[in-house]
Amino acid sequence: MLEIKEYVKAESLEQAFELNQKRTNQIIGGMLWMKMGDHRIQTAIDLSGLGLDTIEEDETQFSIGCMTSLRQLELHEGLNRWSDGAVRESVRHIVGVQFRNLATVGGSLFGRFGFSDVLTCFLAMDAYVELYHNGILPLADFLNLPRDNDVLIRLIVKKTPGKCVYLSQRNTKTDFPLLTCAVCLDKKGTRVAVGARPQKAMLLIVSEEQTEEIRKNGADAAAKIADELAAQIPTQDNMRASAAYRTHLAKVLIRRALLTVTEEVQ
Amino acid sequence: MKAVNQPIRKKDAMALVTGKPVFMDDLVPKDCLIVKLLRSPHANAIIKEINKAAAEKVPGIEAIYTWEDVPQQRFTTAGQTYPEATPYDRLILDQHVRFVGDPVAIIAGEDEACVEKAMRLIKVKYEVLPAILDFHVAKDNEILIHPEDNWRSLCPVGADNKRNLCATARSEEGDVDGVMAECDTIVEHTYHTVADQQAMMETFRTYCSIDAYGRLNIFSSTQIVFHVRRIVSNALGIPKSQIRVSKPRVGGGFGAKQTAVSEVYPAFVTWMTKKPSKIIFTREESQIASSPRHEMEVHVKVGAMKDGTIRAIDMYTLSNTGAYGEHGPTTVGLSGHKSIPLYAKAEAFRFDYDVVYTNVMSAGAYRGYGATQGQFALESAVNELAQKLHIDPVKLREINMVREGDIMPAYYGEPNNSCALDRCLKRAADMIGWKEKFPCRDMGNGKVRSVGMAMSMQGSGISNVDVGSATIKLNEDGSYLLSIGAADMGTGCDTTLAQVAAECLECNTDKIAVSGADTDTSPYDSGSYASSTAYITGKAVEKTALQLIEEIRATAAQMLECGVEDTRFEGDHVSCVSTGKSVTTAEIGVHSMCANNHALQVTESHYSPTSPPPFMVGMAEVEIDKETGELELIDYVAVVDCGTPLNPNLARVQVEGGLGQGIGMALYENVQYTDYGRMMNNSLMQYKIPARVDLCKLRVEFESSYEQSGPFGAKSIGEIVINTPSPALAHAVANATGIWVRELPITPEKIAMGTPEE
Amino acid sequence: MVVTITLNGKKVEALVKPDTLLIDFVRDHGCYSVKRGCETSNCGLCTVFVNDKPVLSCSMLVARVNGCKVDTLEGLQKEAEEFGAFIADQGAEQCGFCNPGMIMNAIALFRENPDPSDEEIKEYLAGNLCRCSGYEGQMRGIKAFLEYKKNGGSR
Repeated sequence: MLEIKEYVKAESLEQAFELNQKRTNQIIGGMLWMKMGDHRIQTAIDLSGLGLDTIEEDETQFSIGCMTSLRQLELHEGLNRWSDGAVRESVRHIVGVQFRNLATVGGSLFGRFGFSDVLTCFLAMDAYVELYHNGILPLADFLNLPRDNDVLIRLIVKKTPGKCVYLSQRNTKTDFPLLTCAVCLDKKGTRVAVGARPQKAMLLIVSEEQTEEIRKNGADAAAKIADELAAQIPTQDNMRASAAYRTHLAKVLIRRALLTVTEEVQ
Repeated sequence: MKAVNQPIRKKDAMALVTGKPVFMDDLVPKDCLIVKLLRSPHANAIIKEINKAAAEKVPGIEAIYTWEDVPQQRFTTAGQTYPEATPYDRLILDQHVRFVGDPVAIIAGEDEACVEKAMRLIKVKYEVLPAILDFHVAKDNEILIHPEDNWRSLCPVGADNKRNLCATARSEEGDVDGVMAECDTIVEHTYHTVADQQAMMETFRTYCSIDAYGRLNIFSSTQIVFHVRRIVSNALGIPKSQIRVSKPRVGGGFGAKQTAVSEVYPAFVTWMTKKPSKIIFTREESQIASSPRHEMEVHVKVGAMKDGTIRAIDMYTLSNTGAYGEHGPTTVGLSGHKSIPLYAKAEAFRFDYDVVYTNVMSAGAYRGYGATQGQFALESAVNELAQKLHIDPVKLREINMVREGDIMPAYYGEPNNSCALDRCLKRAADMIGWKEKFPCRDMGNGKVRSVGMAMSMQGSGISNVDVGSATIKLNEDGSYLLSIGAADMGTGCDTTLAQVAAECLECNTDKIAVSGADTDTSPYDSGSYASSTAYITGKAVEKTALQLIEEIRATAAQMLECGVEDTRFEGDHVSCVSTGKSVTTAEIGVHSMCANNHALQVTESHYSPTSPPPFMVGMAEVEIDKETGELELIDYVAVVDCGTPLNPNLARVQVEGGLGQGIGMALYENVQYTDYGRMMNNSLMQYKIPARVDLCKLRVEFESSYEQSGPFGAKSIGEIVINTPSPALAHAVANATGIWVRELPITPEKIAMGTPEE
Repeated sequence: MVVTITLNGKKVEALVKPDTLLIDFVRDHGCYSVKRGCETSNCGLCTVFVNDKPVLSCSMLVARVNGCKVDTLEGLQKEAEEFGAFIADQGAEQCGFCNPGMIMNAIALFRENPDPSDEEIKEYLAGNLCRCSGYEGQMRGIKAFLEYKKNGGSR
């Protein structure tokens, strides 16, 4: 059961941060996860009054407020045009439209959950989180920090040139992923993020030379590099799949993703 | 026909689509005790001490009951005709808890918050015992699930609590071993189906109150009002005359509610406190402590000649009934008796089984009821046989399938009087394009497409057991009231039974109001399960209506001053043939309300000495990504012989719904336990049922035979519809990859990591 | 705390607890069409509109929707009857427990996209589970309804 003694709609980030320093207080995002456990919260801090539910786009980046819903991510034309539909692909399997109308970017990222499609997708991009106290950090660094009482204000995604693709494998179309894989071409090579291992997403870099090799030699080169990367990705058994199958999937999905991002646009 | 076989809207349709408050929790008074259960965290344990002192002090708490407070005579919660085949192995609360989730205490309080708070304060000391979680080692294990002396089995099903046996038996015909020895080809494998949850959208829930006569009134989301009355009478040790059971609109059952999962707890609370109470199972409770399909391992041996003639079938089923025996002795029988008869021409068969107790959640009744598991095994074995013999699987069925007129030795020796299975097979093959698509085609993009198939049968009611009844009375305006004891749980039987009555009474179904199952006002009915409602209760409705017509004619004869033989019933009036005079049914109704000693109300009961099987064929087309193992459903066709469909719309939706559940069972539904016995799929997040994006178009057609003993030629449709997907999809996977998946569910992992067989 | 919600067009002021869920609030105010089917936000039975957006009422604090417009099927009876008739014509309503949530979400779909493809219909309604019908009858009903609307509301 979810028990909340007090509810506060924060009127400023400062107020939200101050309140969040008490261990028994909690910021509520979409509340979908919080609702599922037994949580006893002194003060629930709601950020929905702070205008943080927008996606702002300029020539160099997207600035995505923490209270932006996953549905907004799914429908944002600019974000999906730039990411070749990868962002949409990463969220469209998540339960249903009503769920995605509630689930927030902040909630999805702050938890750093293993199963998170959103985390994997943005990890492959040149993405940063802005925290109230710790400032702007690369998402890859934020990923490895322990949960604390900071407030995640927004996600910043730099518009790097180059293709993106998001792949995943599920036992049913709206289930948690067995493995997630996001790949983005960068100026300095290719970023490969693999998550739901079932552990949280991890980032690997494919060098410019290796990327060029894939462009030249296609499937064989991609397969070789995918196998090498998969060997660096620890996987585990859980009730949905075995470690061995996940490793097998990693090889397949990474290979396919690498081929997709390097194929010449006709 | 004007009413039967017409696609009439359900009588409750508009109330349901506009969200009217017609379900249990919409109707009951808000002011009542909330009942919740504290459940065991251990798979096998004895409660040594329960300290409820602190919990009882929580403001708002009415009562907390433990094993020491409840009656000590064992009963069963299985909804079956008395004497039940299921052993009497339950207590309301037991000192010995037998699965993770077994109730330990009943807490009743004025609201959910105080009850939850009190639950947290109850301190229990357990003596944890070793548990049996693997049904392979249960039989004759030292560890006994039910060591108690007051365990009892009312029927000779071979139950023996000292051996962890809930049932055991053998049946055979002919010399199986001798015939096998003569066969050219043998296919022998073991197939394993796991427990599945019905996962109906409305969880288990019951409301109880005391009426003006001091009787216990039970208002429950149930399929079995009369059985619940007996179950609660046994559990509480109070007379059945002191209990009334009725049901509102029920949000789905599929057999889950053919076990009294929730009723005994608020019944006990209300009987003890004389205050109204209700329990609503959470989805979690409905997942971990309910009545799922029995896990079964079926060992099949099929012997055939080179030319495809199947001559012998030998089957052994090991069934896991879990901590309690509900439906254990009965589901297992169908695994053989409702699969082997598909090949009734075989000279010899043998079918043995053991049903064992284990320390997991007690299994129960789920659509198909053992036939599903048996058919997964047998149809898979026959499909493997087809491959081994290099004979098209459709052709192999044509050679061997049971046909109309055959006697079915494995089906209690019943004759197959109505059967269009051959037409179902032909039509399904045409619909899916079997000739062009079998076995598989390379799509050229790393994916392959293939087809697979399965036949199926079920029963129509339990022969010589199930009773259906109906009461129909004529109202003063010429309309009728039909009272039934069968339970509409969304299936629409309130409407289809009205259609039967309307057909007989030559009137519009709008003229027939229906009063649902209520032990006080309904004539006796076993309940809605075993695919009995259309065939058994429907026939009772027909008998009742025809008899009522006789009563109406008798009254009309008086009014028209002519002989009864001279009258003719013509729907809304009765005429005297010789004089041409007539009276309307409304006038007859009015007449019966004044100076009348001839009731215009008839009750009839019906049972059948046979259980005519419905038949169907299911065929699937899939596309498989051989690298990831991902399976995409492309097409599923089903052709069904249910005799005359009483309502074609509702029959079609039954098939589509059953296919959906069957596909979930085949591809991903799974009840999984930790090594400690905790059930892991405790939510709809962890137990995924098909969403609409998971299914392809389901194409359904009917090839109808005509069953003389059924109402207007009807048989049944309720259960058969779930049976074909598991074997058909396993077949399609084998045709695509060479991998025979013999353990459900058929996940992408099993496809990607499996080994093709030669 | 006190909240003011415009529920089905009527202003409702009520004293609620901070952790009162929207589903319990609306049911306590007579909106029994809103059903609870799970505890993990998976089934879609509890779908309501908050400021005209379909959301899961089981997963929202009523405190958060203070000052908002909330609609349930009770406030959309005309639309429910009109569309629901097409579901009823298929016999696809079956047990009916999933219907209110599904119909709410279908109405949201029709408002967002009056001419959806089959794929778009399935994807939009993916979060509305049904165990009885296999979804086919619901699809037939939806398409018949869309056809009827295209013909200016005549069959």
